[in-house]
Amino acid sequence: MMRRIWATLYARSLEFIRDRSSLGWNLILPVILVFGLAFVFSGDGRPLFKVAVVAEGMTASAVAAEDLSEVDTSLHEFLQTRHVQYYGVTPDEVDGTIRKVGRHQVDMLLDLRANEQKYWVNGDSQKGYFLEKVLNGADGPALSKQSVSGEEIRYVDWVLPGILGMNMMFSCLFGVGYVIVRYRKSGYLKRLNATPLRSAEFLLAQVLSRAALVIVVTAAVFLGTHLLMDFTMEGSYLNLLLVLVLGTFSLISLGLLIAARVSSEELAGGLLNVLTWPMMLLSGVWFSMEGTHPLMQWFSQLSPLTHILSAARAIMIDGAGLLDISTHLLVLIGTSIVFLVLGAVFFKWTAD
Amino acid sequence: MQNTPIITVRNLQKHYPEVKAVDGVNFQVNSGICFGLLGPNGAGKTTTIEMMEGISKPTGGEIFYKGRRQGEQFRSEAGIQFQHTALQDFLTVRENLNFFRALYPDGLGMDELVSICRLENFLDRDANKLSGGQRQRMLLSIALVNDPEVVFLDEPTTGLDPQARLNFWDLVNSIKARGKTVLLTTHYMEEAYNLCDEIAIMDHGKVIAIGSPDELLSKHFEDVVIELPESDLGEAAEHVTHRRLEKVTPSVEIVSKDVNVTLQTLMQHGASLSNLSVRPRSLEDLFLELTGKELRA
Repeated sequence: MMRRIWATLYARSLEFIRDRSSLGWNLILPVILVFGLAFVFSGDGRPLFKVAVVAEGMTASAVAAEDLSEVDTSLHEFLQTRHVQYYGVTPDEVDGTIRKVGRHQVDMLLDLRANEQKYWVNGDSQKGYFLEKVLNGADGPALSKQSVSGEEIRYVDWVLPGILGMNMMFSCLFGVGYVIVRYRKSGYLKRLNATPLRSAEFLLAQVLSRAALVIVVTAAVFLGTHLLMDFTMEGSYLNLLLVLVLGTFSLISLGLLIAARVSSEELAGGLLNVLTWPMMLLSGVWFSMEGTHPLMQWFSQLSPLTHILSAARAIMIDGAGLLDISTHLLVLIGTSIVFLVLGAVFFKWTAD
Repeated sequence: MQNTPIITVRNLQKHYPEVKAVDGVNFQVNSGICFGLLGPNGAGKTTTIEMMEGISKPTGGEIFYKGRRQGEQFRSEAGIQFQHTALQDFLTVRENLNFFRALYPDGLGMDELVSICRLENFLDRDANKLSGGQRQRMLLSIALVNDPEVVFLDEPTTGLDPQARLNFWDLVNSIKARGKTVLLTTHYMEEAYNLCDEIAIMDHGKVIAIGSPDELLSKHFEDVVIELPESDLGEAAEHVTHRRLEKVTPSVEIVSKDVNVTLQTLMQHGASLSNLSVRPRSLEDLFLELTGKELRA
């Protein structure tokens, strides 16, 4: 059995590696995107001031919707300042938000609860400086200053996992799904069906072959751009590699499921586009899902890419350990198993 | 060995919503022979052979390999060359052979495959950049990687030039000489006559004739065909039954049960016999006789 799997894996890998245009594209696209975005967002990535607010009277749903309509804006005149994006946080989220202030991801945190009356600002942040001036000039109860320190997280630091994740998604879904549909349409799968090779062996070989290529390419692009651009990396490289491996398996398994029975390349392309575009938009590739409608946030949790990116960012930016990202890892393992089993059950060798 | 059935097909059926592609086919293939499955387009040949190969599931009926239902043993001991076989891109002939060889526990070595199928000159060439004849030889070698007991060849010489076709016939004969059983479908009656020990002619999903080519010819025909240019026939045209043949030189075909009598009739009525030819009935005549001359899809 291992001999058959290895032979299939080797043949598929040779085919991919020798397809230089495809291999080149897989390597070049993410590099171009990373450098392009680093250039585009080299200045101020966010046009608005972003202020988190915790106050009495805010329900969890209002916080989730980032709806400040339930907050009595008369609590402080500062809350009526224009060109500032306010969003609500719960008391439980205060610690996490303080870390974001330290990372310049949030410009200020206001705690307007009666027994708190504080604000947090990063002393190194230009935006924080201006917001503090406005706050101090506004009518309202005096708030005590809590200084936070920390280096700024550049947009490119935040978006790098998104770009690599997006490239992984396209490579896994199209690279496996589309290829299997092409094999089926051309009759290659039919030829393999006439051999002792079993469907599970064939599928496993496809998963391993593509996973090895995606992992190597993604790791190479990450390390290469890391050397050139010095990304923030607070956590463990091994943990990040684990996220990469599990994420790759989950996405490839999803590609196999899509390709399990389809024999039309046009239909496969359509299905993969229907899948990848919402994933790209709802998984937080380019911008954080914070601030979107709760329904969108719920949908985003259905995407394996969301869990890959959340886990990768937690490791890279917050220095999260395995326990911190265990939910994401379990989701990736679970989806891999479910997609792979369903893909094997529904798999069809021939186009008939 | 030769009279032991290696494959037995009983009441084989394949029904689609609008057509019975195979409708109750029965035959058996003896070990060590070349068995030909002939029929016009849409007769059910490929559907039948694909069910025998285990690629397609029958709607009804049974297929036995060495007295047992097809199973793992059949997959390991069968070699298959489809009508259209696609391979992976960017792999050489050698890499394709190595890949397929690794899928089987036992089989022939690379040197033996290269020697049998004469692959020496293009072994390291991209498999998708071969000529038609080279490609068919490579596909045959892939069908032989596991040193199969039975080899299925579905229209293997379609589209080949005469040299490549003759070359392929030599390969099939060499496979037969190694004691293998060959199942062949073909549109070329000459090919079937030269290669097959037994043939089954199918039409509309049924077997309408089965036996050795010579047996079938002697069973269906007791006559010969006389052919001569139409211009040489002269007034004799009114005294013999003939059929016009659309050729560069318009010719006629006279079917005769007694050549002497027919020749005498022709001479008596002034026909010129200098360009006349006499031939026995061919498998093509039998094929057209049994399946008709109307165009099939």
